[in-house]
Amino acid sequence: MRRVAIAGVGHTDIMFDSPKTEVEMFAEAAMDAINESNLKPNDIQAINCGNALGDFSEGQGMVQSYIADDIGCFNVPATRFESACASATLGIRDAAMWVASGQYDIVLAGGTEKATAMGTPLATRTFAMGEDSRYDSPSGMTFPGFFAMLAHLYCSRYNIPLEKLKEQMAMVSVQSHHYGVNNPHAQFKKERTVEQVLSSFMIASPLQLFDCCPFSDGAAAVVVASEDVAKKLTDKPVYIVGTGQASAGKMSAQYKYLPRIRAREVSVKQAYDMAGLGPEDIDICELHDCFSIASIIAVESLGFADFGHGGELWEKGETKIGSKIPVNISGGLKSKGHPIGATGASQTYEIVKQLRGELVDQGRQVEGARVGLVDTLGGDGLSCNLILKAD
Amino acid sequence: MEYKLTFREYSESLKRDKLLGLKCSNCQTITCPPKMTCQECGGTDLEVTELSGKGKIVTYTVIYVAPEGRENESPYAVVLVELEEGPWITGNLIDIDPARVGMELIGRQVKLGHKVFSGDKYSDGDAARPLFSFAD
Repeated sequence: MRRVAIAGVGHTDIMFDSPKTEVEMFAEAAMDAINESNLKPNDIQAINCGNALGDFSEGQGMVQSYIADDIGCFNVPATRFESACASATLGIRDAAMWVASGQYDIVLAGGTEKATAMGTPLATRTFAMGEDSRYDSPSGMTFPGFFAMLAHLYCSRYNIPLEKLKEQMAMVSVQSHHYGVNNPHAQFKKERTVEQVLSSFMIASPLQLFDCCPFSDGAAAVVVASEDVAKKLTDKPVYIVGTGQASAGKMSAQYKYLPRIRAREVSVKQAYDMAGLGPEDIDICELHDCFSIASIIAVESLGFADFGHGGELWEKGETKIGSKIPVNISGGLKSKGHPIGATGASQTYEIVKQLRGELVDQGRQVEGARVGLVDTLGGDGLSCNLILKAD
Repeated sequence: MEYKLTFREYSESLKRDKLLGLKCSNCQTITCPPKMTCQECGGTDLEVTELSGKGKIVTYTVIYVAPEGRENESPYAVVLVELEEGPWITGNLIDIDPARVGMELIGRQVKLGHKVFSGDKYSDGDAARPLFSFAD
């Protein structure tokens, strides 16, 4: 298998009520990635597009095919990836495998989403489609409800008072907002305090509004190329050195592991093993903080903290720039926003920028970062991880 | 290979307050909700069995922002219950004030009833859902 690199990246602003369509948003991000790679659209040999809910938000299926035509990649094979929030990460992972196999030299991968067009009730309904429609949803489960139940289970399993966990969760949100202020693409560029998080209204107990990521519109894309090609296109190729992906059963079928997410542990081990690296080698991580408790659970699964101790990383400031493991310096899903079908590409964009050292002007650069980890969760367990490395 | 216990059969049975699961002849594990294969060993030699419907709450949430069509129901409590036969299932908890419950719910013994979710335009018909109440 050949080495594979990201040659160029593109990212729209993430926002509420975008005036653009999913195709238009993707096209903007894609053309930026193509231009940055010094390519033309007809150099792209295939497109992988993450999109979760376009059927509901725009009445648009098959968005990938119209995207290919829209950006002038006429008649190339285009594939839509639907895995809820992890859609784009899967698209990038498959692009990397296709290029590594020699089937293609240059693949465009990314995602697009326009969730806010649905409004909160329909968005809440459709996001819950990332849970089991027969055995969980009839009880009125929502997506926040899943992580809300994990939060209470977390307290019970690890014997942590709910008040203490809630405070740690609030610190997660506060840090995300702090870094999001300096991300020009972020949906929220506003500091929040622990007190504000803890006094926001209840969504699904114990998760309050500021424990939750927003509904968002946006797109991001990357150009994936073979090492030989990427070196000709850019001075700063960022290599995809490890990937992993795992599926999971419905919430109740995960009973042996919850609040641990077994699929994430399987996925990230694949990625670490493929890269020949471990948690101690990661300089920066973008992880799936759809809810504050999700971050705490994630750092444990990814190997950055012992089980039951994830929240201490934020308490001690160990997730900040210059500390043990900088986490979500983009602002994360919480502050940057969460256009679900695009989120994995947005996370990848951020890691590429960090590994190229291009965030100094934004005051968010992790100095000397060489290895970054992308972590994306789809629905109530499906997981995908990418490990990126600068030369 | 034919599905041993379909959702429709499970749901219709639950409407009569009978909770069905599957017993694995290989490892004796009870799988519920039903699947093609045993949750533990992946075996396919499964026998339909009626479960007691008794168990204890392992976690919960109270939903305040509900999905489309369910807004009038909120706030409502959703619980994960560990059945005495082993598996966990999702259901609602009644006979409580949802706004006043807390961590004391975890560990409470409950028994099964049911309510029918009448369905919406995305749900392919109705679905019986477990409705738990305190048994202790």
